[in-house]
Amino acid sequence: MIAETKDQARIGVYVCHCGTNIAGKVEVAKLAEFAESLPGVVLAREYKYMCSDPGQELIQRDIAQHNLNRIVVTACSPLLHEKTFRTAAAQGGLNPFLVQIANVREHVSWVTEDPTQALHKAKAQLAAAVWRVAGHQALQQKHVNITPRVLIVGGGIAGIQAALTIASAGKEVILVERQPTIGGHMAMFDKTFPTLDCAACILTPKMTAVKDHPNIKLMSFSDVESVEGTVGSYQVTVRRRARFVQEDLCVGCLECIDACFFKSGKFENEFDQGLAKRKPIYVPFPQAIPLVPVVDPDACIELKTGKCKKTCVEACADRGAIDFHQEEWTEQFEVGAVIVATGYQPFDPTKIAHYGYGQYDNVYTALEVERLLNAAGPTNGKVELRDGSAPRRVGIVHCVGSRDHNYHKFCSRVCCMYSLKLAHLVREKTGAEVTNFYIDIRTPGKGFEEFYERVQQEGVTFVRGKVGDVSPAEEPTDDETPTPLLVQVDDTLLGEVRQVPVDMLILAVALEPHDGAEQLRRLFGMSCSSEGFYLEKHPKLAPVNTANDGVFLAGTCQGPKDIPDTVAQADAAAGQALALIDCGRIELEPNTAWIDEESCSGCKTCIPLCPYSAISRDTEKAVAVVDEALCKGCGTCVAACPSGAAEQYLFTDDQIYDEIQGILSYV
Amino acid sequence: MSDAPAEPYQPRIVAFFCNWCTYTASDLAGTARMQYAPNVRVVRVMCSGRVDPQFVVTALRQGADGVLIGGCHPGDCHYQEGNYKCLRRFDLLTRMLGQMGIEPQRLRLEWISASEGDRLRDVIDDMVDQLQQLGPLRLPAIPQPDGAEPVGAHP
Amino acid sequence: MSKPKVGFYWCASCGGCEEAVVDLAEAVLQVVEMVDIVFWPCAMDFKREDVEAMADGEMAACFVNGAIRSSEQREMAELCRRKSGLCVAFGSCSHTGGIPGLANLYSLEGLLSVVYDNGVFSNVNPEGTRPQLETSHPEGATDLPALEPLVKSLDQVVPVDYYLPGCPPPVKLIVEAVTAIVEGKLPPRGAVLAPDVALCNECPRVDSKPEESIITDFKRPHEVLIDPETCLLAQGLLCLGPATRCGCDSACINGNMPCTGCLGPISRTRDFGAAALSATASLLDNNNAQEISRLMDHIPDPAGTFYRYSMPHSQVFARAGLDNGNGGS
Repeated sequence: MIAETKDQARIGVYVCHCGTNIAGKVEVAKLAEFAESLPGVVLAREYKYMCSDPGQELIQRDIAQHNLNRIVVTACSPLLHEKTFRTAAAQGGLNPFLVQIANVREHVSWVTEDPTQALHKAKAQLAAAVWRVAGHQALQQKHVNITPRVLIVGGGIAGIQAALTIASAGKEVILVERQPTIGGHMAMFDKTFPTLDCAACILTPKMTAVKDHPNIKLMSFSDVESVEGTVGSYQVTVRRRARFVQEDLCVGCLECIDACFFKSGKFENEFDQGLAKRKPIYVPFPQAIPLVPVVDPDACIELKTGKCKKTCVEACADRGAIDFHQEEWTEQFEVGAVIVATGYQPFDPTKIAHYGYGQYDNVYTALEVERLLNAAGPTNGKVELRDGSAPRRVGIVHCVGSRDHNYHKFCSRVCCMYSLKLAHLVREKTGAEVTNFYIDIRTPGKGFEEFYERVQQEGVTFVRGKVGDVSPAEEPTDDETPTPLLVQVDDTLLGEVRQVPVDMLILAVALEPHDGAEQLRRLFGMSCSSEGFYLEKHPKLAPVNTANDGVFLAGTCQGPKDIPDTVAQADAAAGQALALIDCGRIELEPNTAWIDEESCSGCKTCIPLCPYSAISRDTEKAVAVVDEALCKGCGTCVAACPSGAAEQYLFTDDQIYDEIQGILSYV
Repeated sequence: MSDAPAEPYQPRIVAFFCNWCTYTASDLAGTARMQYAPNVRVVRVMCSGRVDPQFVVTALRQGADGVLIGGCHPGDCHYQEGNYKCLRRFDLLTRMLGQMGIEPQRLRLEWISASEGDRLRDVIDDMVDQLQQLGPLRLPAIPQPDGAEPVGAHP
Repeated sequence: MSKPKVGFYWCASCGGCEEAVVDLAEAVLQVVEMVDIVFWPCAMDFKREDVEAMADGEMAACFVNGAIRSSEQREMAELCRRKSGLCVAFGSCSHTGGIPGLANLYSLEGLLSVVYDNGVFSNVNPEGTRPQLETSHPEGATDLPALEPLVKSLDQVVPVDYYLPGCPPPVKLIVEAVTAIVEGKLPPRGAVLAPDVALCNECPRVDSKPEESIITDFKRPHEVLIDPETCLLAQGLLCLGPATRCGCDSACINGNMPCTGCLGPISRTRDFGAAALSATASLLDNNNAQEISRLMDHIPDPAGTFYRYSMPHSQVFARAGLDNGNGGS
């Protein structure tokens, strides 16, 4: 590396106007003038848009004509354009790491009211950059190879779509799903809005394609246990849970289920939201993939007591797939990229006591009603009350848990549409009076507004108002129907509080992050937003990327969305992952640590501090050594070294001291 | 005598923000056009674990009235544990500097995640307010030999 | 050819540096063969006037120990500087301020009050008499030097050419320094005349130091039965070896006591106390904020521990708010 001394620095300073984003608040001419007074600065220019082609060419011309060897750009955040200006400098013949950006937009012009104060702050940040850059060294970019295999966590529609896209590009996919079957929430739905496509009809072909694709290895009933390594080569350990049925021997005849000692279901069927019962050996739903039963160890007599006739084993005599001694096991593999598609969980409305969920029989969540509507569901598609009778009056409450400062501030985006869908389907099936209690009707997508109009024309009633209370009526409203629930609502269009009697109440519950989301995101080093959804790298420009270069997001784990958006995002994530793999390698910041052998006393302070075990002791020389390939560039060892022997490229002690001094020396 | 009110003293705060969380939050505050006190000058580091206590004392000597360190929430460090090392050092450093007459309000360690731009704004406004009440940090100037000007006298 | 002249002077110090010279034992004969001692108030009968009578730079080198706290110490430091070619800061007090430097945590008035007003020490002083700059007696007037508000290292008062670190400087380093001066084989001006690497480099116990985050609690020497074989830091004692220059042959460690940092920082360190604190705190094996706080309570005096010899050389220099007498606080 070229070690130029600081006094040989010839710095060019470029003050970007960013249109009026910076220039509208900071007096850029004065900033440029100030720059000229700083040590080492040979020229200072202002320009409207430094990131534009002419802006970049300005830098390149000046490097040649004025023999510049350092560049400072005062502009937007380095997180946006540091790469742009580094590339511009490189194309001008200067090492890209001899560039420093001073953030005077996000950190100054956009957040400071008073222009004088803004100029002061901008001067301080500029001086810091100028002082710092003089001490920069020329560095080489690091590269890391990418293993051409992708891990997809979550087998709902997002994970399935991403898996199929990547597999069809000829790359290997490992799809890990926590449940015994893929399909996620979409498999539970009856029809999908606004087209009223049957969910299973459009989903199951994709599920089958996943099963059949040679490039996709499906690990169902499994969890990701640990992830080591970095982008390009993640070492993943997956825990495969015991079904007590061998997947490779089972042919999916399901005779074991028929033969089970239990003649009928006695245990809550999770897939049917607890509305139906299943046996201890079961498949979640008839089109499950893989079509391999699973045995519930808390329900199965053999597993609990060892004393069952094992009629299931008899039924499977020629394949011998049932194995009560099966134990869970782990599998390890390496991938180059990860797509997280772990979905959502519905909000539990028990928390909102005055809606009566869990208290009154006929208050349902939307997902429960999907199961009722579904022909393969607990009631074979009949919408009925708990006592088996048909409802004559149905209410649907929008925004349960959403748009509510007590629970979730956000709008869950899909509830208006699915509430309209349920209104339509329930009315169609039962002829009941359906009333939707809403705050706003949000129908922005393709065909959505038209669907809303249709549902209105079908005679569904819409009441604009928040539901304040749900309680049983004190006496029947007429002789024929059972005691209804009275929905108390502030009808804002009528301007009065009403009590609306219903037989069945459906709650449009919010979509919220999984309970396990927190734990999972730590595995992949992801952040989350304040609501708990996984955080994208940039909400507009990088909605499927995360702060970790090799980890991508797809579907509702990133935020509530409908199926079209989920599929689009899944393909976007797949595209990003494929771009990474096809490129074959990724560039890393050369900001690793190194230890000066002569200065190192062998005190071993740094060695235990590295979470990547990148530092080891050379016993012969009695000094510490950093393995550059393992070092991720956090600098913790550098801050702890009491000898100043450990240093970090791009963030040396001297560079930071110079930055501090630049900040404090002028304004 | 001018009628204009005396200018309130403006503290200068040197801030060390970690790239992944607090620096990003600071950008987010900018994108959302949140307005806050202009007294903070930011030094970007990759991790709060990079913040050497020597940086802190040097900043105070060279004129800072306070130092703010921003890192990821415990458990969320992009590099696993760098923020915990920062926490360990910061606890002992504030005690030591407290013995040297440097009030605890002048040294602040905050966990601010990438989406918490509003929290950052609140922290900065609060810290500036507190430092305005405390007044400038008056470290005695360091004498120089041969009668030269003492160094690092705070204005 | 006449031997080069050297002088020794002591400012705010304990006399240990003088003893160090005596500790040269037989080696003192070597020294005496090489140089002519022309000023050494502790051991020889030369007076101030003798030094004032010398030509400027007449002494080849003057070894000044002790910090600067009084007007007389300042005057003598300036005098020694003028009369010698090389001014060498001898020992921790003149190098970085030493233990007297810790007085910078208090105001001068506060210190005087504790000593003279409150009867804390053995002096009985019912009238609260303070040291007077001038006192008249029947025989005439006597005067005392004035105390300056803050303690300074030697290089904060006069330009210093070299530093001999240590409390006191180890015998080996003294002999090497004198030899280098006589032979004219000195490093660039401003250097510290000791190896530029930390103590763990020469410590006999370094192999027993584990490569893990080894501190689970902080202990003081009287709380532990100190194992004479294993690394002291690993035993929870606050050993500042990792931050301190070597050159002392690990004297304290060999005496089964942790290093307190008297040889001062490596050349790359900007603030010894902060650097030593960083290394020590980083190795505390705990991530819980409350637990960390509870364990840090076991270091009762961080400033005294980490800046024991170097408060005036720290970036902070002295307690915030104290007047340094220059009107510059």
